[in-house]
Amino acid sequence: MSMLCRFMSVVLGLGVAVGAAHAQAPKAGGTLNFSVVAEPPNYDCHASTTFALVHPVAPHYSTLLKFDTAQYPKVIGDLAKSWDVSADGLTYTFRLHEGVKFHDGSALTSADVKASYDRIINPPAGVVSARQAYYADVAAVETPDPTTVRFKLKAAVAGMFESLASPYNCIYSAAKLKENPRFPEANIMGSGAFRFVEHVKGSTWEGKKFDGYFRKGLPYLDGFKAFFVKSNGVVPGMLGGQFETEFRGRNPAELAQLKQGMADRLVVNEGPWVGSLIVIFNTKRKPFDDVRVRQALSLAIDRWGGSPALSKISILRHVGGIMRPGFEMALPPAELEKLPGYGRDIEASRAQARKLLAEAGVTNLSFKLLNRNVAEPYTPAGIYSIDQWKRVGVTATHEQLETKLYVDNVTSGNFDVAIEFVNDYVDDPTAQFAKFLTKAASPVGYSGHEDKSLDKMYEAQRRLVDPVKRKAFVQDMERYAITQAYNVPLLWFHRIIASNAKVKGWNFTPSHYVGQDLVEVWLDQK
Amino acid sequence: MANISITPGSIARPADAIPKRPNPVWLFIRTQPLGFAGLIVILAYLAAAVGAQWIAPYDPEAIDFTAMLTPPNSEHLLGTDQFGRDVFSRIVYGARTALAVGILSSLFGCTLGAIIGAASGYWGGRIDTMIQRVVDVMLSFPIIVLAMVVVAVLGKRPLLGVDMNLVAAIALPFIPKMTRIARSSTLSIAQMPYIDAARAAGYGDGRIIMRHILPNIVAPYLIMTTAFIAQAILLEASLSFLGLGVTEPTPAWGLMLSGASADFYKSAPWMILFPGLAITLAVFAFNMFGDSLRDWLDPKMRS
Repeated sequence: MSMLCRFMSVVLGLGVAVGAAHAQAPKAGGTLNFSVVAEPPNYDCHASTTFALVHPVAPHYSTLLKFDTAQYPKVIGDLAKSWDVSADGLTYTFRLHEGVKFHDGSALTSADVKASYDRIINPPAGVVSARQAYYADVAAVETPDPTTVRFKLKAAVAGMFESLASPYNCIYSAAKLKENPRFPEANIMGSGAFRFVEHVKGSTWEGKKFDGYFRKGLPYLDGFKAFFVKSNGVVPGMLGGQFETEFRGRNPAELAQLKQGMADRLVVNEGPWVGSLIVIFNTKRKPFDDVRVRQALSLAIDRWGGSPALSKISILRHVGGIMRPGFEMALPPAELEKLPGYGRDIEASRAQARKLLAEAGVTNLSFKLLNRNVAEPYTPAGIYSIDQWKRVGVTATHEQLETKLYVDNVTSGNFDVAIEFVNDYVDDPTAQFAKFLTKAASPVGYSGHEDKSLDKMYEAQRRLVDPVKRKAFVQDMERYAITQAYNVPLLWFHRIIASNAKVKGWNFTPSHYVGQDLVEVWLDQK
Repeated sequence: MANISITPGSIARPADAIPKRPNPVWLFIRTQPLGFAGLIVILAYLAAAVGAQWIAPYDPEAIDFTAMLTPPNSEHLLGTDQFGRDVFSRIVYGARTALAVGILSSLFGCTLGAIIGAASGYWGGRIDTMIQRVVDVMLSFPIIVLAMVVVAVLGKRPLLGVDMNLVAAIALPFIPKMTRIARSSTLSIAQMPYIDAARAAGYGDGRIIMRHILPNIVAPYLIMTTAFIAQAILLEASLSFLGLGVTEPTPAWGLMLSGASADFYKSAPWMILFPGLAITLAVFAFNMFGDSLRDWLDPKMRS
């Protein structure tokens, strides 16, 4: 049985366990205490790209759609109770739940949804919209009546539902936005299951049950409290009973400590994560402008051989291409193995790497590997890559910088080779390929290549609404991108969530961004 | 008035009456046994640093997943880390980093501090006041904070495998300390008649400082340099532990204690035990040697 199959079995098995937990009658009451290993810079969902915002802030807001965490990536309604799509795929009409209220008692209507999406799609001056590009095809948001919202598109696109289910698309009050478009940056006022109590900077974030929540009988919890702690404070905090869980993910060594300390009081959920590390080559610099050199460096890395050992000491685990292994659009392993850097016979791959380097006239190649100064998973990835390249006679010097300095260097093209992450709330190729494009097509296309064919393929896959055709097209695009090797995937993450057994109703998904509204979470306590 | 004739022979004492000057090395060994032990350890570290490629049985950076987290055994004397890298080899190679950074930063910091201190003490007046206030400001920062700021601002600048910015960062906190010591020595030396004589002879200030003052503060300079090497090794290890010094996979003692090593302190204690011992022993050895050197060079203490 392949490793992936074993992991999937674990996930399915755990899914059954979670299902069993669901079978229990939920108990109301109690406060969920959880840790968050970073703090949000401000409170604006639309501007944010970090779990540090999602984990404490998501419980306060509703979104139009959301992911069904029990059947990820299925999309279900949150504020929307039903919807339909026109035959030409150009009009999406959503009908909202009635009687939805904001925490200040005002009614939530379609005008609030429109105001929120207008802010995302066409942000006013001074407002940051991190995912504006996802909605480039939306021509207009209309409100035929207070409980109906209509999205009119310029062209039919795939993945529209997933885009509208973004956990970052908090619905704000139109009245508040009218008063001040930047109101959400410093204020929390949503319609979610929990109203905001206080944020003690550097310490805690607290929410209390919103009695006017539109889903009757929910939430189960009386409230929640998030503790902002350093990553190395999570395990001691859980062992000491300060908090029940942490929703981003722990590494195998930490899991071992928790298992030892909590034994049967611990529930573990784990599985592939929608997150990976990639190696980006600066194609503006020689010799990385030569595809043979890039392929050689990818061929030197033993992904299949390194994965089992690395998975014991870090969150790096799954071998995959650009799409998450196991995702329906991902290349199956047999196809992946045909691509440079994915062969099972590492000695043959390395012989090929040496040959390519010789053909490219590159001898004694040495360069700087730029990396984040973050232990997990960047440092093990850097150490492993350097070791692998050394085996084909390539010397890489590890330069680990603070995140801001790292980002400054990568965005300004001041690097030879760098280790970068890909991590989004959804598996959709529109999100997953963003870092593989040219700079002109994507601001995060750091490798500096000018190959427009990948950009054209990217745009074409967005227009393919037939899932079968889109899958085949995306797989061809993946083959092309890995062969050109402007960036190459290294390994995919493995998400491990360890919780106190009394936490129920929370479902594991491959993304640490989704399923954090805490609406159905409850505590099994006396 | 009677003539008194003095000839060399008349004041000469018999040869056996002249006390024999003892061998200084032997005297050091005899009077400073702890310092000598420290010196032996330092020489052993130096030998390890210079001959690492012959002493270390494995490439310190080579990953071997088949041997990950192996306890100490005949193949891996001090065990292996989470990447299967040989801990003994990494400690041996780590001596290079520790000694290179330690010695260079100590020499740099003490030399600059001695020059500034001598100038401050010699000229006095406004120059002295200005230098001493700057020194006061620098001394008010904790050493580690000052070094961290410098490392964060300057980034890395490797030269022959040694990060010169790291050397500068570690040297910086030593400069004000050495400045104070050199200044106080200079103040007493500047009162000496031979300094007045040098001035009377028309020598310039630069020559007086370089030829007459600095050579007379060599003893405190040597003592402080030796003592600061220990501090520099500790500081380098601390900065590497905090992720601001040497970067993986380069072997460095502080780095071996940091990051994921803490996750394995129960299952693989050798990963942190032996690098910790290497740091402790090196710091102990340099401190012992520095203390003994001070005692040995101080005529009052020697008597």
